Amino acid sequence: MPAFTPPPLPSDDKRWKIVNGTMRKNGFARHALIETLHTVQSSFGYLDDNAIRFVAQSLRVPLSQAYGVVTFYHYFSLKPPGKHTMTICTGTACFIKGSDKLLAEAEKRLGIAHGQTTPDGNISLMTARCVGACGRAPVVLTDGELVGQMTEPQMQDQLERWAVE
Amino acid sequence: MTIEELDQIAESTRAENAKYDQVVNVCMGTGCLSQHSDQLKDALTKEAEVQGKNVMVRRTGCMGLCAAGPLVLVDPDETLYQHMNASYAKAVVGSLGGEPVAELQCDLREHFDQQVHVVLENSGHIDPEKIDDYISREGYRALLTALTDMTPHGVIHQITESGLRGRGGGGYPTGLKWSTVAKASGDVKYVICNGDEGDPGAFMDRSVLESDPQRVIEGMAIAAYAIGASKGYIYVRAEYPLAVSRLTAALRDARRRGLLGNNIGNTAFNFDVEIRLGAGAFVCGEETALLASIEGRRGTPRPRPPYPAVSGLWGKPTLINNVETFANIAPIIRKSGRWFAGMGSERSKGTKVFALTGKITNTGLVEVPMGLKLREIINVIGGGVPDGHKFKAVQTGGPSGGCLPAEMLDIGVSYDALIKVGSIMGSGGMIVMDDTSCMVNVARFFVEFTMTESCGKCVPCRAGTAQMYTLLTKICEGRATMDDLDKLIELCDTIKSASLCGLGQTSPNPVLSTLKYFKNEYIEHIVNKRCPAGVCNIKAPVEVLA
Repeated sequence: MPAFTPPPLPSDDKRWKIVNGTMRKNGFARHALIETLHTVQSSFGYLDDNAIRFVAQSLRVPLSQAYGVVTFYHYFSLKPPGKHTMTICTGTACFIKGSDKLLAEAEKRLGIAHGQTTPDGNISLMTARCVGACGRAPVVLTDGELVGQMTEPQMQDQLERWAVE
Repeated sequence: MTIEELDQIAESTRAENAKYDQVVNVCMGTGCLSQHSDQLKDALTKEAEVQGKNVMVRRTGCMGLCAAGPLVLVDPDETLYQHMNASYAKAVVGSLGGEPVAELQCDLREHFDQQVHVVLENSGHIDPEKIDDYISREGYRALLTALTDMTPHGVIHQITESGLRGRGGGGYPTGLKWSTVAKASGDVKYVICNGDEGDPGAFMDRSVLESDPQRVIEGMAIAAYAIGASKGYIYVRAEYPLAVSRLTAALRDARRRGLLGNNIGNTAFNFDVEIRLGAGAFVCGEETALLASIEGRRGTPRPRPPYPAVSGLWGKPTLINNVETFANIAPIIRKSGRWFAGMGSERSKGTKVFALTGKITNTGLVEVPMGLKLREIINVIGGGVPDGHKFKAVQTGGPSGGCLPAEMLDIGVSYDALIKVGSIMGSGGMIVMDDTSCMVNVARFFVEFTMTESCGKCVPCRAGTAQMYTLLTKICEGRATMDDLDKLIELCDTIKSASLCGLGQTSPNPVLSTLKYFKNEYIEHIVNKRCPAGVCNIKAPVEVLA
């Protein structure tokens, strides 16, 4: 059997080298699929068709299986994130402390449902299933930074700052 | 690394620490960090220099009382400061060696008095990124003792004698699980640590991994020796970035110290651990789904048997235990199984870490002996319900658990007692609700969770949870009839008995337990079109003109 040659990198974007590095570290084994997708998402912010095809070919995983994995796990996103991301935790402790109201207010203000990005590409509104900071509920992540005991005015202020900058 | 070398490291670390008059421990767990305890630590370090104090300012893991964070603990005086920030650094450093700053002190004796720390014994006392800190508190003694003085059978005997049961929620006897994997035939076996803490409202695993990661690694290594494995995986949620980075550092340090790798403790024992990141799927906490995920596939469960103990990762015998279970192993080997069995209740031994959250004054992590009454945990340790509201229910066990009313607060927490009253221990989340929560709405919240998290493989769970959700929404909106309630109860029964895995089988629990204890709230919604807690938005019924 001829030795397997992985496909060439999709472009000379340096981030592909990081992705390739993860696969090489795992000996291009099929079980490295999720690890590699994590690297793609942390490097590019999301997973596009191009990336999924490249990873599937490199690891010799059927494209259908790679796509199946991407869509199964909530952590992976097929769409590019907005410039800013507000993630509202909807875990039980946050729910009991009113995160459902925070979410409804944010949706109303931005005019989008959670999981979407404003049409100008500025703000993405996401939800999380418990970030494990329940002692500080309700919790919101603003561009990845954890803010505890979030109030509605505080959240509105943050959205306003992002909107006008 | 031999025990003598380990003792030398411990001795020199202790001697190093003893050079200082005081140690100022700054909590840098996720909760306190979100309130900038990193800046606080820098300010304290700088202030100590300016004032010329002979003190060490140390980063530590979680001290438990998140509600009062950021927390600072001064040793050896054991002065605890609450709600700290950088502007108080001058006053606190200035007081060292004299009288503590009274107005910043946290004086919650009743919160700490009844707690017994086994899993959390080092949390808040060591730097989680310094392996020598862990070694100075008897870290890795258990592993090296096991390797040199005990047979694998002897190790399993101690674990069996301890009566330890799985802390992930199932409560399966750990010793029995270990001996099954040990007896399974095969040269290659695996040890897996389940850190896919998906139950919303539970964060004990995150805290242990962030505060004392070496303890988990040591527990895994002892397990590997006992069952004959040389490779381990820790499956951690990607949502826990701090836990992942501290664990990565801990694995690197353990390898450098020769406590992972080949010929550990100058014996023939080899063991190493790799981290696998979860990707946000609750069902991956189920062991067969977790295995599929580590293998790089969709995390869907498969029927058991065969159990992972016989055919697990890549078809090899595999031991899967939860983070907190592994965190209990080293102390059991160090102090004996009999010592552990001396704590707790008849059939639930040892201690359990609970995450107290929701409408409760002292939110945070607590560790108590099994068998302690719920009332003590909530009213004394937790400080009760704040803002003059009335206690309504406590939810244990996450989406697979149930809601217990005030009448049930006199039961002692144990696996069996909680099952008897219609809930489960689960991983240890305890969410307190007051009179502002609608129990039907809470049940709907949990069903919405399991509906979204259902992997879709089996019909009872995939379609059943969606139907439960529809019926509960109908009730919440005041559109349901008593027939709908009967349908809901029948549906719960079907889902419970016909689903493939634990996620589906237990998904009706929040509905069943609220129906058991708060049926009047359901009736109010259905018959009187009224939400007693004023949460559900029920529109006034439309008058039908004849």
